[in-house]
Amino acid sequence: MKAAKLSVEDLSWSSDRGAATLLHSTSFSLDTGRVLGIVGPNGAGKTTLLRLLYRFYRPTTGTVRIDGDDIWSLSAQAVARRVAAVLQEQPSDFALTVGEIVALGRTPHRRGIGGATGSRDKVIVEDALDRLELRGLVGRHLGTLSGGERQRVMVARALAQEPRLLILDEPTNHLDIRHQLEVLDLIRSLPLTIVTSLHDLNLAAGVCDDVLLLHSGHAVGFGPPAKVLSEVAVSDAFQIVARKEQLSLSNTDHLTFHLQKQGSHS
Amino acid sequence: MAETRSAKAIIHRFSGMPAFLLGGMVLLLVSLSFAISVGAVPVPLNTVWGVILNRIAPGFIEETWSQSREAIVWEIRFPRALLAIMVGAGLAMVGASLQAVTRNPLADPHLLGISSGGAFGAILALLHTGLFVGHLTVPLLAFLGALAATAIVLIVSRFANTMSADRLVLAGVAVSFIIMAGANVLVFLADPKATHIVVFWMLGGLGLAQWSQLLYPLVILLICAGWLMFKAKDLNAMTVGDETASTLGIPVARFRLSVFVVGALITGVMVAFSGIIGFVGLMVPHVVRMAVGGDYARVLPGSALIGAIFLLWADIAARTVMAPEDMPIGIVTGLVGGIFFVWLLGRQRSAI
Repeated sequence: MKAAKLSVEDLSWSSDRGAATLLHSTSFSLDTGRVLGIVGPNGAGKTTLLRLLYRFYRPTTGTVRIDGDDIWSLSAQAVARRVAAVLQEQPSDFALTVGEIVALGRTPHRRGIGGATGSRDKVIVEDALDRLELRGLVGRHLGTLSGGERQRVMVARALAQEPRLLILDEPTNHLDIRHQLEVLDLIRSLPLTIVTSLHDLNLAAGVCDDVLLLHSGHAVGFGPPAKVLSEVAVSDAFQIVARKEQLSLSNTDHLTFHLQKQGSHS
Repeated sequence: MAETRSAKAIIHRFSGMPAFLLGGMVLLLVSLSFAISVGAVPVPLNTVWGVILNRIAPGFIEETWSQSREAIVWEIRFPRALLAIMVGAGLAMVGASLQAVTRNPLADPHLLGISSGGAFGAILALLHTGLFVGHLTVPLLAFLGALAATAIVLIVSRFANTMSADRLVLAGVAVSFIIMAGANVLVFLADPKATHIVVFWMLGGLGLAQWSQLLYPLVILLICAGWLMFKAKDLNAMTVGDETASTLGIPVARFRLSVFVVGALITGVMVAFSGIIGFVGLMVPHVVRMAVGGDYARVLPGSALIGAIFLLWADIAARTVMAPEDMPIGIVTGLVGGIFFVWLLGRQRSAI
C-alpha cells in the first residue's frame, strides 16, 4: 500500500442555487501516512469538506490535490483508484453477500467487457476480508449483520479499492465502545493517509496526527490536537465551556464539557 | 473452519448459477411447448415440435398433420409464445435494473410514467388518428408515447433539480398521473362504442403477435439487455448508495439516466405490442434474488428467464380460464402479482 500526499488550497463550496456558503476558503496539507481528524459541531461543514475530498461535490473555488494532481483534472475512475471512502449510507438490502460487497472495491480497477475479475482481484479481496476478520461472514447477507460488522464490511470494501487516501465519515457512530476502539486501532495501523470526521474530541485527540476544527463553515484551527483543541477554541466552536483536565493515572489530557462555567452548578 | 465454510460458499456459488440457468432453460422449453399445445384446439406436443422442426429444417420430419394444425402452431401460437417470452424477459430485466438505480425494491417499469405514455399513444391511434400506417400504427404511437413520457419525466426531474433516486421516482409518479388524465380525456371524447378496444389494450394481451413484427422487440431487447449485462457490476454498486457508488468511479447521475432511457426503450417496445402488463417487473426480480442472490450478473439473466416462463404461463392461463375467450393477460399478472406482494410484505415483516 502506498500513501498519498493531500493538499487543499482555497477550497470553498456553496450549493448550486447560490444559497449559503457551506464551506469558506480552507487550505491545509497533509503529508503521506498522516491521520487527519475533522471535528466541529453539527452543521459546521464536516460532511461538505469530506464530499469535496472524495470528489462528490465540485468546488466553488480552490483545488484538492492528491499527490499533486487536481482531482477534477482526473477522471472519476482515476480518482476512485486513489481515494476510497467509508460513508454513513446504509446499503438497502438487495441480497448482496459480504464477499460481493467487498468485491465492489475492485470496480474502479476493472477493465474489459463485463468487468471480469482476474486472479489479482481475488487475492486483494481475500486480503481485505482477512484484514477485517470477515472470512467467516463471506456468504452472509448484509441485512443480517450487526452495525459493527457492517462497518467492517464497508472498510474492507474501501481497502479492496487499494486507495492511497482513505476517507471515513464518523466511523465510530452507532458502535459500542469495543467496536469504536477496534475501528480506531485499525485507522492507526493502516499505512495510508487518512481523513476522518469524528464527533468525540477526546477520541480525535487520541488517534489523529492533525485535527482540523470547523466552525460554521470556517476552518478555525489546523495542526496537532494538543494545539488546536484548546479550551478557548473548543468552547468557542461548540458554544459550551470546555476544560482540559489531566487524567490522574495515564497522565493524558482529557477535555470535559459543561453548559455553564464551573461553579454555577444548581 | 472458516476455510471450509468459504470454500463451500464458493462451490455453492459456482454450481448454483449454471444449475439454475440449465433448469430454467429446460423449464422454458417445456413451458413453450405447453403454451403452443394448449388452447381452444389442442395440438399434441409431438405435432408442435414436428411443425417447428419442419419449418426450421424442411423435409427433416415427415408431415403427419393437417394444414390447419400447422397454421395454428406456426402462424398463431408460436409467435404469440415468443412475444410472451420477450415481454416477460424484457419487463423483468427493466424492473431489476430500475430497482438497483432507484434503490427502491418496489420500482417497476410502470412506475416511471412509461406505460401511461404508451397507453396515451395507443389510445390516440385506436380512437382518433385512424390506422394511418396500417397494423403498425398502434405499436408505433404507443412506443412514441412511452418515449415522450420518459422525456417528460427527465425534463421534470431536471427542472425540479432532482437527480436523487427517490425524487426521480416521485417525478415519474406525478407525470404518470398527468398523462393518464390526458389519456382518459381522449377516451371520454371518443365514440363510446369504440372504447371497448381501448379497455382490452389497456389490460394487456399478446394476441397481436405476428412474425412480421417480432423483429422490432427482439432487436431492441437484445441490444438493451446486452448493455444492462455489461453494466451489471455498476448496478451492484448502485445498490449500496449514490455517494459510495460515486467514490467507486461511477458517474451516478448519468448512469441512472442511461438506465432509465434503456428501460424506457424496452418497456416502450413491449407495451407497444402487448399493452400494459403489470407486476412482472416488480415481482420476478425478487423471486430471482431469493434463488441466486443479489449479484446483478446473475439477477439479470435469471430475471429474463423467470420473467419469460412466468409470462408464458400467465398467457396459458389467460387463454384457458375462460376458453374460448381470451382473458386479458394483465388480469392474470395483476392477480398473481398482487397476492405475491401481500406475501412479500408478510415475509419482510417477519424477517425484521
